[in-house]
Amino acid sequence: MTLQHYLVISAILFTLGIFAVLTRRNAISILMGIELILNSCNLNFAAFSRFVTPSDDINGQIIAIFGIVLAAAEAAVFLAIILAIYREFGSIRPDEVDTLKG
Amino acid sequence: MQPLSNIDSLLHFSPEILLVIFAAAVIILDLIVKDDESVAVAYLSLVGLGCVCAAVLIIHFSFRNPVSLFEGMIRLDEFSTFFKILLLFATAATILFSLRSEELDERLKGEYYALLLAITLGMFLMASATNLLMIFIALETVSLTSYILAGFLTHSPRSSEAAFKYITYGAVASGTMLFGLSLLFGMAGTGDLTQIGGQLTEHLASGAVAPLAVLIAITFVLAGVGYKIASVPFHMWSPDVYEGAPIPITAFLSVASKSAGFALFIRFFYTGFGATGLMEAVDWPLMLAIVSALTMTVGNLAALPQQNVKRLLAYSSIAHGGYLLMGGVLLTSEGIEAILFYLIVYLFMNLGAFYVVVLVANEMGSETIEGYRGLGSRAPLIAIAMVIFLASLTGIPPFAGFFGKWLLFTAVLEQGYYWLAFVGLLNSVVSLYYYARIFKAMYFEDADEETDRVAFSTGTFALLSVFVIPTIFIGFLNIFYTFSNVSVSVLPMQ
Repeated sequence: MTLQHYLVISAILFTLGIFAVLTRRNAISILMGIELILNSCNLNFAAFSRFVTPSDDINGQIIAIFGIVLAAAEAAVFLAIILAIYREFGSIRPDEVDTLKG
Repeated sequence: MQPLSNIDSLLHFSPEILLVIFAAAVIILDLIVKDDESVAVAYLSLVGLGCVCAAVLIIHFSFRNPVSLFEGMIRLDEFSTFFKILLLFATAATILFSLRSEELDERLKGEYYALLLAITLGMFLMASATNLLMIFIALETVSLTSYILAGFLTHSPRSSEAAFKYITYGAVASGTMLFGLSLLFGMAGTGDLTQIGGQLTEHLASGAVAPLAVLIAITFVLAGVGYKIASVPFHMWSPDVYEGAPIPITAFLSVASKSAGFALFIRFFYTGFGATGLMEAVDWPLMLAIVSALTMTVGNLAALPQQNVKRLLAYSSIAHGGYLLMGGVLLTSEGIEAILFYLIVYLFMNLGAFYVVVLVANEMGSETIEGYRGLGSRAPLIAIAMVIFLASLTGIPPFAGFFGKWLLFTAVLEQGYYWLAFVGLLNSVVSLYYYARIFKAMYFEDADEETDRVAFSTGTFALLSVFVIPTIFIGFLNIFYTFSNVSVSVLPMQ
């Protein structure tokens, strides 16, 4: 496995994430797409830390760990907001949540 | 200059530590006091902000030289001090607005103030971060907290919808930004903003890194920053969020969040890539100039037909983001100075306008332009204050907005971007039209029903004058120019 393998996988993950966010019609699927995006970044950081920076420099891995923590925080807030949306609109489809326009 | 170690940094970090302590104290006090006494919680937050402000000033005057803290994670200099004071003022104003606002649920106000203090902490870090990791953590602290605050009216569908749209756009934008940061990290081999530019230039010269890769990475980072300052094409969230969120939060997001975004933008590009050869490989100035021109044009044109004043001010705030970006086009120190000065002016005039919106929403129960009918005779002082804010937002002399725009336009003209200055000028004229609609409703249209005078308390007028007086006089005071000048001079050019 070289650096290129990891970068290609993370690029695919990132693209899939963006694709999911753009095409999915369900808030939970959108959240999953966002998680894919964030995980592709973590993969990048870990791979760069392994292949690019000196072996005693673990900054990349540390950043990846922070990335995981932030992804968890974001998922928690997102789910709470989805819950609020469900209470108000009775649906979690983004196209049905559109009272604000103009 | 050697960065300070973690333990030595703590003393310099005391304003941020104080913020955390006060946020915790606010939560605890909220548990102790009764539901109908949440005013005490607000006053504690204000006292907290006062202490933090004192700490910022004491540290500023006792350690005059810029220092890097926490092994180079954040940097303490005049630039970050400038933004810290600006942000503290914006937060204090937001807390005072929230006290007057009748939208918010009294029982939840304790959490609300604690969240406001937490978001201030995030913005402090945004203004001083000099490491990719710190930049991302600071941005996420601000974003996550503002999603919650935008959706704080749990009984209101509008507010929940605003939070939903905000987090969907925001999460994608910050994910994209993190991807860009990860590529930058990989190409430079370091997360330190002060070294990235040099490393990248070296690797570009040796052919180890392709210019296109750097371009893509920086564009991805721009997505995250552009979303924070609501620049085209990342502005779509802002009208909906501004309309749905509680009014004090709208005011806060349009001023504080945008200022912190600009702090990050300036530090990232100026410190990271300022004078390196990176800026020459791609025509960055042209790209930023186009983004700036589009941002102000889209903001102003979309504002024209708006009936809801909050939404109108949202578009106006997008347009002001465009004006501010003009100063950043060439990343010259004159341009940055103009941005900082305009941010001071914008703070006062925009917060003032939103305060009037809060007052009108409370008294007339309306956020639409119709609610402003006859305000000129029903509440003459409030109407005059609104006229001053709107005139200043348009850029009519002698108000502060004129001097702010003047500086921005001269900075652009000095660099030879005549078309950009022309677009900016045209946009100011367009903006006059929709600001004048509010003016017309206040003075030339009569309210449909009652036409009694509305009485406001002395406290309301006192707070209003805090915004009116600076909006009139800032342009004539040298100290504010010096303030922005000094803040720029410390940014290291490479």
